[in-house]
Amino acid sequence: MSTDTTPEPGISGGSAQRDLDANKRARRVLFGCATITVVTTLAIFFVLIDNAASYFFGARFTEMLMGASLEQSVTFTEFFTGTRWAPDHATPGHGILPVVFGTLAITVGAAFVSIPIGTATAIYLSEYASDGVRSKLKPTLEILAGIPTIVYGYFAIAFINPVLLAPIASTLFGINIGRYSMLSGMLVVGIMTIPMVSSISEDAMSAVPDDLRNGAYALGATKYDVSTRIVVPASISGIFASYILAVSRAIGETMAVTLAAGFSANITTNPFSEIMTMTAYMVQMARGTSAVGTVEYQSLFAVGFLLFVMTLTMNLLNDWFKRRFQEEYR
Amino acid sequence: MSTDTTPATETDDGLFADIDLGWEHRKNQLFLGIIFAASMFGVVMLVLLLLDIATDLYVGLTEFNISIVDFLTRDGSRREELSGFRGAIVASVMLMALTAFLSFFVGVGSAIYLEEYAPDTRITRLIEANLANLAGVPSIVYGLLALAAFVNGIGMGPILLGGAIALALLVMPIIIVSTQEALRAVPDGVRNGSYATGATEWQTIRNVVLPAAMPGILTGTILALARAIGETAPLIMVGALFTNRMPFGPFDRFSAMPTQIYNWAAEPSQHFIHLAATGIVVLLAFMFVMNGIAIYLRNKYETEV
Repeated sequence: MSTDTTPEPGISGGSAQRDLDANKRARRVLFGCATITVVTTLAIFFVLIDNAASYFFGARFTEMLMGASLEQSVTFTEFFTGTRWAPDHATPGHGILPVVFGTLAITVGAAFVSIPIGTATAIYLSEYASDGVRSKLKPTLEILAGIPTIVYGYFAIAFINPVLLAPIASTLFGINIGRYSMLSGMLVVGIMTIPMVSSISEDAMSAVPDDLRNGAYALGATKYDVSTRIVVPASISGIFASYILAVSRAIGETMAVTLAAGFSANITTNPFSEIMTMTAYMVQMARGTSAVGTVEYQSLFAVGFLLFVMTLTMNLLNDWFKRRFQEEYR
Repeated sequence: MSTDTTPATETDDGLFADIDLGWEHRKNQLFLGIIFAASMFGVVMLVLLLLDIATDLYVGLTEFNISIVDFLTRDGSRREELSGFRGAIVASVMLMALTAFLSFFVGVGSAIYLEEYAPDTRITRLIEANLANLAGVPSIVYGLLALAAFVNGIGMGPILLGGAIALALLVMPIIIVSTQEALRAVPDGVRNGSYATGATEWQTIRNVVLPAAMPGILTGTILALARAIGETAPLIMVGALFTNRMPFGPFDRFSAMPTQIYNWAAEPSQHFIHLAATGIVVLLAFMFVMNGIAIYLRNKYETEV
């Protein structure tokens, strides 16, 4: 405590000055701490771009500064439009479309599970559920959100695919399902993103003022009318923000899709076939313990950078929605 | 409720003639049925998941003769009947300790700066916006960062410290945000009281604000670590796979609990699948205990401020 400062009116030299200096030092150190997150972001950008450069040009940007020669080994046209992805193959294919397809297929499929179910859960929690039900359902969904993704991957490979989907595939469609399938990836990522949609949407719905609801009830509206015509439209930007967050999470999801959907890069419409997402490719390459400087190692960063850009776009979109949301209610 | 309006229909049936109240009521009930069923979907899936793991554990213990004691005291092995979890458990515990050490002070420090010192300038807003974006970066990207910058960049190799750095960067935004919330929960009156005695900002933070916010900060940190202990992708990127030996320090190669589970689950052998289920039970037990401690801390100190 600085009660001892009273006897010394002179600022210079006294213990008051020492306290003020300590305060300034603390402020500088803490500012240094706060910049670490910015440094992390810059480092992610730098590392991904620098190493991805070596995939396209044969040398990292930092190596170019040291005088390494620059020759384009993979063209951007081939990268973005090619339909064969096998950078480590003897006759390499550098088209990223198959793994981007894998990621988008899982994301869209998961959205078909998590968005309707998550939204319905949010409406139920916010408008219909009694306090007793709420106090049990909400923690249960929080548990669902807290389970590690590797456990969901296990659930997919040990239960969803062999027990749930395999009988359906063989009896209804006559398809022998393998260890991995696109559909089990969609389902498991959908299940794990339900709590995300439901909790954020419910927050948005709960923020709708009761006056709006009561106004509608006074006109003779049922709870159904109030939910679908008052609450949902009034909280739509928050609800969309939750969708974007769930989609962003599904794009970056790694362990569950790796164990559920597999490692075979192909573009297919058969939901029971094995596919490969961008993240699954990265896991496969890391499993192969590829050495620095090999094409496999370099491709890791090209894929990683594209993944980062996709999720960053989603996050910025989410920020924009959230800001709109805050403008509506004060 | 719509049933209240029934008496009105006698007098102005011209006005309400086109409203079928019975249908409106049934529509409401139908909607309730649908959204209730949807709400139960998540619960059912959670039950199925836990049941699946429990039965796989049971089958593993009975049919594959996995002994819990052997499982907890042996290291991993290529041979399924000799494989255990000890190395992975030790690695995960060391990882969490290192991650906590690396992320706690810096994370709490930046939260203090943002809440207590930061002027409302462009730089502050940039840091805040960046924080929100970092929380949305996929965990595998943190693994790539650690791989390129530390494991290969400065030639660290696939060691435990590299994994801890990746996890520390990953949990940093979570720790910062939860610390900010804990600091915000300390009433301004407490700060002003301290300022009134002539204390500087730093003295106020150190002697008044931090002690009051500490339970909240610790709760947030433990919850963040409980999330980090299940993170798999960054560790795989760093190279934490196929190591069976128990690590003895931060510079040893390692395979943590989640990566070991992944290794086993990716094996075609049924024995390994059941080892994975047993590993999952241990991992979930760790998370359960960590969450329990966090909730205990929160409940114990919640009323004091």
